[in-house]
Amino acid sequence: MNFFVLSLLKAAVVISVLMVSLLYLQWVERKVIAHIQLRMGPYRVGPHGLLQPFADVLKLVTKEGFIPSHVNLFFYLLAPFLAVSLALISIVVVPFGPEIELFGVRTSMQLTDLNIGILFVLAISSLSVYAVTFAGWASNNKYSLLGGLRSAAQMISYELPLALSLAAPLVAAGSLSLREIVLAQQGASLGVLPNWMIFQLPAPQLVGFLVFLIAAFAETNRIPFDLPEAENELVAGFHTEYSSLKFASFFMAEYANMITMTAITTTVFLGGWLPPFPEQYGSNWVPAAVFALLGAVAVYYARQAPRPKDRFTLPWVGLALFLVAGIFLIPAAHPLLVPPFWFLAKAGFLMFLFIWVRGTLPRFRYDQLMQFAWKFMFPVALANLFATALLVALFPR
Amino acid sequence: MDAILFLVFAAIAVVCGVSVVVQRHPITSAISLIGVMGALAVLYLLLGAEFLAAVQVVVYAGAIMVLFIFVIMLLNAGVEAPGGRSWPVRLLGLPLLVVLVGLLSFLIRRVFAGGEEVRFGAFTQGGPREIGRLLFTDYLLPFEVTSVLILIAILGAVVLARKEID
Repeated sequence: MNFFVLSLLKAAVVISVLMVSLLYLQWVERKVIAHIQLRMGPYRVGPHGLLQPFADVLKLVTKEGFIPSHVNLFFYLLAPFLAVSLALISIVVVPFGPEIELFGVRTSMQLTDLNIGILFVLAISSLSVYAVTFAGWASNNKYSLLGGLRSAAQMISYELPLALSLAAPLVAAGSLSLREIVLAQQGASLGVLPNWMIFQLPAPQLVGFLVFLIAAFAETNRIPFDLPEAENELVAGFHTEYSSLKFASFFMAEYANMITMTAITTTVFLGGWLPPFPEQYGSNWVPAAVFALLGAVAVYYARQAPRPKDRFTLPWVGLALFLVAGIFLIPAAHPLLVPPFWFLAKAGFLMFLFIWVRGTLPRFRYDQLMQFAWKFMFPVALANLFATALLVALFPR
Repeated sequence: MDAILFLVFAAIAVVCGVSVVVQRHPITSAISLIGVMGALAVLYLLLGAEFLAAVQVVVYAGAIMVLFIFVIMLLNAGVEAPGGRSWPVRLLGLPLLVVLVGLLSFLIRRVFAGGEEVRFGAFTQGGPREIGRLLFTDYLLPFEVTSVLILIAILGAVVLARKEID
């Protein structure tokens, strides 16, 4: 098939999935945080607040786009645009699955396979600091400026451990292309232990994984590293002066950055689309079992649900889950559905981790943040890189 | 296609380069410099040096320019007031510029007269593997000397800054 048509189709699929998950990530986050804090979370708009994201978007779009009179107009408007476009662009190099054949067309489940894929991601993430910095500076507001400065310092500092901890798995895999990094993690050592980077012999990347994850929290400005928007010190930090769609862009960029970071972590450290145990032990049937189990839980819970409404709706939810499980049972659909399932499961778990940490940890003090980056994370990442290089050189595969 | 892309990004690089000098506000100048870096990265990409292009963005646009902008914002540098130009500058500035550009283009044409023309896509040795091999074999000494030089610069900065604090 024509290369352009194929790329357009793939881009359409990826964009629609990305946008829906961006919308619902916010709902998931509010729900999870609410349950951690023993609240209900959004409950009014739609069943269990499921239509809340649409209500929020409608509100933000129809609100008056208000531009303060004291801002530097060009940079003020450039910042949210930069934030969103840089946050969304990294997804193009992420592989969601292996090469597949669909209706006689061979294609890989990835938008583009750059041979400098990891460097591309790092370059984009190093540029995204400009969005926050410009927003802070152009707003002409002391709190915004402080937020922007903090963010610039923080992102430069944490970029070092981020890149260094990412370099170690690259040494082990021997490539910068994300597809080849995943392919280097195939198979299992000792029969059962998957060959993912965090377990891979001779140099397991457990330390590198933790360093990368912590640095990823800092790069996405999430709690406990959300100093740029610390609301009890800086009002709202760099986006204090933004409203309506421009505010929504920063919000969207934050979630898109989270998705990128979890996707990269999954690809580099957790084996991407590869299953946690080999195919011959039946890993292809796990997705079907998971969905069937969820369906069974829904049906069982429906019988004793306290609200009469739930007694009617939950069986239908269960039925839908059973249907999904049925689709996953078809052997012909396995190459198309199972790799993305594993990818999304791992990335989804990491996303849950992001939200979980937000519900658990308090914020750092600013000097602690910097000390932690330079005096702990940086040396640890460097030592990990040296150890990995030594081990890989001593025990070549 | 390659030639069109080259012309577009070369034009962007030149316009941004002029804008670095012409702009009155330091932040705007810095942004223009980022534009130059980005356009140069695309030109590297066109020549088949994808590793160099990525490193150009990571190091120059992503690290060095962020520090520039950080410092400019921290010092809160405002719009520069245009200084009055002296009469020789006003009189001779433009003619001298024209002479300089003419001389440079003449020299470049003379020196590279017999050179081969650039063919886009002909060079494929710009990947990380090839660059790494070259850096650690043929160019090992310059590479190491440069890193020691940078280390000395860092130490010098630390020493100078410490004197201020004490």
